[in-house]
Amino acid sequence: MKLARTAASGTGTVLIGLIVVWVFFQSLNANFLSARNLSNLLLQIAVLGTLAVGMVMVLILGEIDLSVGAIAGVSAAMLALLITDHGWPAWAAVVAALALGAVIGVIHAVVITAAGIPSFIITLAGLLVWQGVQLWLVGDGGQIPIRDQAIRSIASSYLVPGFGWVVAVLVVAGFAGVRLVRRNRRISHGLTVAPTTTEAAAVAAVAVVVLAITWVLNSYFGIPWVFVLLLALVAAGGVLMTGTTFGRHVIAIGGNREAARRAGIPVRRTVILVFALISAIAALAGIIEASRQFSASNALGGGTLQLNAIAAAVIGGTSLFGGRGRIYHAILGALVVGSVQNGLDLLGEPAAVKNIATGVILVVAVVLDAVSRRRRLARGATE
Amino acid sequence: MRPVTPTLELRGVVKRYGHVAALTDVDFTATAGEVVALVGDNGAGKSTLIKAIAGTHRIDGGRILLDGAPVTIGSPTEASALGIETVYQDLALCDNLDVTANLYLGREKRRKRSLLLDREGMQAHAAAVIADLAAHLPVLDTPVSALSGGQRQAIAVSRAALWGSKIVLLDEPTAALGVAQTVMVYELIRRLRDRGLAIVVISHNMADVFAVADRVTVLRLGRNAGEFRPGADSTDDVVAAITGSRELDRARNESGENA
Repeated sequence: MKLARTAASGTGTVLIGLIVVWVFFQSLNANFLSARNLSNLLLQIAVLGTLAVGMVMVLILGEIDLSVGAIAGVSAAMLALLITDHGWPAWAAVVAALALGAVIGVIHAVVITAAGIPSFIITLAGLLVWQGVQLWLVGDGGQIPIRDQAIRSIASSYLVPGFGWVVAVLVVAGFAGVRLVRRNRRISHGLTVAPTTTEAAAVAAVAVVVLAITWVLNSYFGIPWVFVLLLALVAAGGVLMTGTTFGRHVIAIGGNREAARRAGIPVRRTVILVFALISAIAALAGIIEASRQFSASNALGGGTLQLNAIAAAVIGGTSLFGGRGRIYHAILGALVVGSVQNGLDLLGEPAAVKNIATGVILVVAVVLDAVSRRRRLARGATE
Repeated sequence: MRPVTPTLELRGVVKRYGHVAALTDVDFTATAGEVVALVGDNGAGKSTLIKAIAGTHRIDGGRILLDGAPVTIGSPTEASALGIETVYQDLALCDNLDVTANLYLGREKRRKRSLLLDREGMQAHAAAVIADLAAHLPVLDTPVSALSGGQRQAIAVSRAALWGSKIVLLDEPTAALGVAQTVMVYELIRRLRDRGLAIVVISHNMADVFAVADRVTVLRLGRNAGEFRPGADSTDDVVAAITGSRELDRARNESGENA
């Protein structure tokens, strides 16, 4: 009960923030909440949201990864190189790019755990190394074009409206089904359950939101395929973190590493797996970005993308101090960051303003995180 | 009294750190259904002895027997596989997880034929154990950070009961607790004892020792310095053994007689 309330209040803050941002930009530019712009917004946050999913995991573990942008870049370069220069089929190149990401993550984690060096330093070194490898792979041309239709369509295709509705209904049914199964399991174990009206209200709220989004997007081109991909990634990540032993161990290590070790949790193995996952997810983000650009350039994954991914995770409500966060924070945070950048673009503001605005929002989010942490510690000490 | 095989028996245990002998020929026993207090001044070897039993340190000599059978305890994991659970002073709990998750930390249950956690099963079982041992604990889905020191200690101790351990080692269990919470932890220790566990309590606090222990083993300078029973012996006897003042008196008397 209490847990649900705290989680809800944390998520509530982000949602209020998102609404404020949307109202603000809508009042300045009537096109902001148009179907076309919202569709664009979802395409724009696909890469950021994907990176943020991995970032949430690594932050919950109590570590950080500063190299995800570079891993996205080097994986995209690998993908393009294999398809364009070596004639690999698209699926094989995608598998190779994801595997490359995972291997890079394992390398980082092995160095971090073996030498006991903070992940901050190792992934900072990784950022430089993999950016170097990316430049080397891309070569003098500055970019490798991708002509493969399958890859190009990842970030530029939409679900046909009819299928969009089917997916929307399946999402709502899936949400209701999970709630129902959990409720029945609690009843069969003799545990307390929320009143049926509360459950029904939760399902109804989700149904309204999902169907509204579908309706808006269907009035333009339909639901972007990458958005479905991002939602699937968030759902899978959510199940992994809250429903499996592995996820429980990640949260425990982030909360108290020594306690986790004493309880017999395989700390080193868990850390290695998390870094393998975040790096494979970064590679996926690289593939999506290459699909958006129809090429792998030497600038892919550079610039502010890396820092925005950390910002999105923290703005979404994940703690920088480890042990606290949910995978869906990635989408919420990416929506806030993406909306601010998209809105400022619509108003014709330069990159300088976008960076400053994102930075200010990040500071606000981090301060909120620090304040709530201090309050928790104070409460624990006095009681 | 009929002879009972002690659950845990240490015979002539020796532990050296370089040239320093931390433990010399120490004997120690703990029997099922009994609370043994291990006392001694700072540096008397209490912590070293506990670390040897908990598997953190290997012993350099002597033998450790569990239920009469010699064992080697090479690591904390081996110790817990043998049914030895240690509750450390700094409470190995994860503040960000709820009570149930902490009780099952590192030993999570899964649903049948599935990779998914059996959250409901764990919560129901935890609720039963808590109701039996420490009914005053609040709702099981409260994060541990919201609990008091005594409640946290209760969780750490209950974890041992949940896992069917045979021996529970408690390092200074009431060091950071208020009066009411201390009483609560005593009560929990007695319940565990009545369930047939062998309990070892390390403490500096004579009030603790006399409130909860059935037997007191004193260490001094890494050697056995006496066995006491709270019913028969007084606090002064135990304190004298800890500080070695009896030996001093005796030495003084002897030298006095000689003079």
